[in-house]
Amino acid sequence: MKYADEFRDKAIAQGIARAIGAEVSSQRAYRFMEFCGGHTHAISRYGLEDLLPANVRMIHGPGCPVCVLPASRIDMAIRLVERPEVTLCVYGDLMRAPGSQGQSLLRAKALGADIRMVYSTLDAIRLAEQAPSREVVFFAIGFETTTPPTAVMIRIAEKKRLKGLSVFCNHVLTPSAMHSILENPKIRDTGGVPIDGFIGPAHVSTIIGTQPYEPLAEQFGKPIVIAGFEPLDVMQAILMLVRQVNEDRYQVENQYSRAVTREGNRRAKDEVSQIFELREQFEWRGLGLVPNSGMKLKRAYAQFDAETRFAIHDLRVADNPACECCAILRGAKRPVECKLFGTVCTPETPIGSCMVSSEGACAAYWTYGRVRDEQLRRTS
Amino acid sequence: MSVKGYQRKLDLEHGRVDLSHGSGGRAMAQLISGLFHQAFGNEWLARCNDQSAFDVAAGRMVMTTDGYVVSPLFFPGGNIGSLAVHGTINDVAMSGARPLYLSASFIIEEGFPFSDLKAIADSMGAAARSAGVYIIAGDTKVVDRGKADGLFISTTGIGIVADGLDLSADKAMVGDRVLVSGSLGDHGVAVMSRRQNVAFQTEVVSDSAALHNLVAVMVAAGGSGIRVMRDPTRGGLAATLNEIAHQSELGFRLQEASIPVKPAVAATCELLGLDPIHVANEGKLVAIVAPDLADAVLAAMKAHPLGSDAADIGEAVADNRKFVQMATSFGGRRIVDWLSGEQLPRIC
Repeated sequence: MKYADEFRDKAIAQGIARAIGAEVSSQRAYRFMEFCGGHTHAISRYGLEDLLPANVRMIHGPGCPVCVLPASRIDMAIRLVERPEVTLCVYGDLMRAPGSQGQSLLRAKALGADIRMVYSTLDAIRLAEQAPSREVVFFAIGFETTTPPTAVMIRIAEKKRLKGLSVFCNHVLTPSAMHSILENPKIRDTGGVPIDGFIGPAHVSTIIGTQPYEPLAEQFGKPIVIAGFEPLDVMQAILMLVRQVNEDRYQVENQYSRAVTREGNRRAKDEVSQIFELREQFEWRGLGLVPNSGMKLKRAYAQFDAETRFAIHDLRVADNPACECCAILRGAKRPVECKLFGTVCTPETPIGSCMVSSEGACAAYWTYGRVRDEQLRRTS
Repeated sequence: MSVKGYQRKLDLEHGRVDLSHGSGGRAMAQLISGLFHQAFGNEWLARCNDQSAFDVAAGRMVMTTDGYVVSPLFFPGGNIGSLAVHGTINDVAMSGARPLYLSASFIIEEGFPFSDLKAIADSMGAAARSAGVYIIAGDTKVVDRGKADGLFISTTGIGIVADGLDLSADKAMVGDRVLVSGSLGDHGVAVMSRRQNVAFQTEVVSDSAALHNLVAVMVAAGGSGIRVMRDPTRGGLAATLNEIAHQSELGFRLQEASIPVKPAVAATCELLGLDPIHVANEGKLVAIVAPDLADAVLAAMKAHPLGSDAADIGEAVADNRKFVQMATSFGGRRIVDWLSGEQLPRIC
């Protein structure tokens, strides 16, 4: 496949793997977190960990928007779609995300709720046009990459005077989450977050640029390499991180220069800032309440804000107390160290964020990591 | 019952199904004789009984049933009718059997155009005829508008297995080879390409086909060395191999580079975030074959038009965790797991 195979070349991968092997110091461990689910996916899909030395360990971060959506927001969406006039448009991955009592949108749909699986914001616009008497609510979710399309949808709704269309906004911000991972006091007090560097987001960074990560690298002394989602991108980013660690550097470097600039996409950023503003705090499954990490619609666009329009209030629901996502997301624990892992929490019945999507840390471990652990045990 | 005597012929061009066509009265009789019997025409249906009698040969028979709810009803390479014939024939054939007879049950939504129903019934008739199988029993129900999405079809199939053949998913053995009959993911991608909200242009057509003749040449070449055959429909190759791994209590090790996938299918899956080994097929089979006979079976497959792209993609290995593992083209390894949830609803 043109423009994809070039970034999946086995011989080049082996070359990078040899360079990593030659440059790592056997005296230390290299623990790198890939923030995005897209990177986690590439790592497990192509088996990248098999190409890495045993002392280079990848920690799967919270960068899958479905995984980190807290149970409370699912509960709110279900409450919303229980209203007979509401048609809720959602991305398919969200259907199975668990609410606080184990309920899900998939079950709500089976009970008669009008829930439509869509592939883009344009589908929601079309539904609103076709059914002007319905309240069509778009379940907006995702990091900085998916916020601009939601902004465009609101612009179109405004222009077309689609009075029935609104947004249940769950857009979140990447740098705030990275900050929260590094700053958690509970983990800091037990010897610090065991992460030596980050593979930074690919698509998110095409929008926000590399600049927003600079204060993080500086404040916490951690190298960050922005990387694409292809397997060679990830391999090269790991090599760049190894070099920074070896040289005691902690800079933001851009491996994904074919798509990312320091400034990002100004037009998309402008569009977002005209329509959205920061929430004081937003709840993340696994991370808890994170300050300045979520977006909501500005007051001028309140008519498109489903939370205002239907007066649904934030429900606060505690994560399962035995769930170790908080520590797993920060690399302080491995999935097998969680009591729930593989017992009550499985890909079919997920409890914690890390199991919800196949790109989550526990789900990836469930399908792949167990084998690797055994291989490591056998060889060590 | 004959068509003669009706005052007005079925308007197959512009007419639509209404509730009277499922009521048991004249309108239903006219629909059955004027549309279904025309399409399926055979000596059993011509006798217009509530059942069909047929002779049974000595030996073992197999029976299977399947419901078809594919959306949209028409897709590149077929429609719900041809799919309902091929799918059930294939389920019969995966036992090594020769399929003989089918029944077909139709649940039709009020307002469904006769022209579409005729096109679907005609393609069922054509699919059955070219497979040498007869549709000898049927049923028609009409439900209110909004109670069915156009048309649902359910078919049941009966076939006969040759002496000495006993294929079963619990019979794979360590060392057996894994063969697939051709490129994976064509059907799922073809159906997706016509979905209302993701419609895209593609050259990919469904692989929907009856596989029993391919099965026959494989059985001739491999005999009881063929331990298991399955058609990887919903859940794709990944689900099929996980099922076999569990039933046979072993694992599989696959070579990604050996798995045939058309470039257009690979590209579409890339765009939609799908994995071709999870996408449905309707004209492909997976065979687990004893190692000493694998080459002969593969050669027989390649010599058949429906197996020209057949490939040996891996082997069965001892593994009490029953994992399906794959050596990736990139040089690493991964687990090929079942899919959690539904990747593409209503694909067949």
